Amino acid sequence: MSLFDWFAARRKDQFVGKVIQETDESDGLWGKCPECGQVVYRKDLLTNANVCNNCGHHNRINCEERIKLLVDEGSFKPLNKNLSPLDPLGFKDRRAYADRLRESQASTGMKDGVMTGLCQVEDISLALAVMDFRFMGGSMGSVVGEKITRLVEKATSEKLPLLIICASGGARMQEGMLSLMQMAKISGALERHREANHLYMPLLTHPTTGGVTASFAMLGDLILAEPKALIGFAGRRVIEQTLREKLPENFQTAEYLLEHGFVDKIIPRTQLRKTLGTLLTLHGYQKGK
Amino acid sequence: MARRYLLEFEKPLVELEKQIEQIRELARDSEVDVSQQLLQLETLAARRRDEIFRALTPAEKIQVARHPQRPSTLDFIQMFCEDWIELHGDRSCSDDSALVGGIARIDDKAVMLIGQQKGRDTKENVARNFGMAKPGGYRKALRLMNHADRFNLPIICFIDTPGAYAGLLAEEQGQGEAIAVNLREMFRLKVPIIATVIGEGGSGGALGIGVADKLLMFEHSVYTVASPEACASILWRDAGKAPEAASALKITGTDLLSLGIVDEVIKEPSGGNNWAPLQAGEALKQALLKYLMELSALPVQTLRDKRYEKFRRIGSFLEPSTQEGQLIS
Ligand SMILES: [Zn+2]
Repeated sequence: MSLFDWFAARRKDQFVGKVIQETDESDGLWGKCPECGQVVYRKDLLTNANVCNNCGHHNRINCEERIKLLVDEGSFKPLNKNLSPLDPLGFKDRRAYADRLRESQASTGMKDGVMTGLCQVEDISLALAVMDFRFMGGSMGSVVGEKITRLVEKATSEKLPLLIICASGGARMQEGMLSLMQMAKISGALERHREANHLYMPLLTHPTTGGVTASFAMLGDLILAEPKALIGFAGRRVIEQTLREKLPENFQTAEYLLEHGFVDKIIPRTQLRKTLGTLLTLHGYQKGK
Repeated sequence: MARRYLLEFEKPLVELEKQIEQIRELARDSEVDVSQQLLQLETLAARRRDEIFRALTPAEKIQVARHPQRPSTLDFIQMFCEDWIELHGDRSCSDDSALVGGIARIDDKAVMLIGQQKGRDTKENVARNFGMAKPGGYRKALRLMNHADRFNLPIICFIDTPGAYAGLLAEEQGQGEAIAVNLREMFRLKVPIIATVIGEGGSGGALGIGVADKLLMFEHSVYTVASPEACASILWRDAGKAPEAASALKITGTDLLSLGIVDEVIKEPSGGNNWAPLQAGEALKQALLKYLMELSALPVQTLRDKRYEKFRRIGSFLEPSTQEGQLIS
């Protein structure tokens, strides 16, 4: 249901497709901020974590860029990198799931929509998962579920804090109920991590919706979010239809969730590494370990 | 008797039923012995019904699963429980009537019963919000489960919902968070949990009370990652393709048994549970008693480990070291 709303919203508003646009007069050196219209020099954008200098708009970034921005240089050690999706239902709509997979794999260079591994942030060891929205809308199927579960289990056995950077349209319909069950599987692993008193923090980025919101995205000891990220269970459009009235301007934004008590802190991308380091040391995780 | 609500594919049975009714009336007014003809026609009708229901497509099963006269959570509780006492409230401002719970006895065993509750007609459905629970409903369910955990009452869940409610207040009150916390906490509980999809298992809203040691399903129940209507709109860009989506999504008990998600499919009376509710109730009761006995015999740690393993195994992917697909069940 929510995945549906979200795709519908995407089609109508192009809400999610908001990334920096080429300007006419450029050969790609310059781009235009989709939020404020400011023309920006691409290099400046990159040194500023893909955040607009003028208005603070957070452009979407892929998981490799995220990892590079966040972790201590050269410290990321990927896990289960080659775990690959199958097509357990033999699913075909207008196109075959197998074809959609091949296409996403070719365009992203990833086997599926999440990267997991161990790393250091500010010299503190951390288990890290980063979802990639480019891969079939960050949807969660068996591989995403299994990789995250293995990471959580590893974090538990190695007594590590855990960060999951969420970006997802929800459960992947093409794997049917196997996808829905990944929500439970990951939540079970998180219960054990929590029982062992290790720190888990999800970082909710644009967009985090549907089944991911109804599982690990909302299970953090502390829940962090990027400014203006869309975060919700059900889609705005369907809610509007049942309600027949206008929704608040900032409905389902990180700021809205903060206001209603579901997010601990909104952290601009440029400050993430430092803030994480502080949070980890405040919880007793030590540098150089 | 209230008129029976007929599904499209049941229409071939109408003619036979009419004939049976006419002969009965005839017999009432005369001395003619019609028992032979009656028996013949009834046997024929039963056979036709059987044939139709054995060959239901997934899309037709959805219609049976959503049948307004299909026995609901409270129907089943009335049928096979004694000393039922409904309990109310999430203890933070709400009592959701779309998700009911309480304690009762099955045979001599005290248990906690929790389930989504749909209505029979429009008025009831408005009151029950069509079985779509709000965050308060999931929090009430968790409160009752924690209560059951403290007093060592096994938990029995009945799943019957189109999905969790999608609305402004539901988002504001954290629908995602409420479901998420249930998923995690149900792994922690020390008492046996048995969940049965008695009608429609709609996505995260169903799973929110569905982390169980045993997951059962009635023969014509369905359990979906997204409603076929929504799925068709997104992937086919055509809501009219819902029947195709229903087949592609693998939503029936048999499908989910082979995917390793469901533990047992409970056979329904010919014509579906609404045709013979008491028979359905007895079948469910027997299944519940069997698993209650089996699970109650396990030490707590074993029970929890097995619950973890049950979900841990679910998934289908290619492990590079072996280069073999593993569809694990
Ligand atoms: Zn800008």
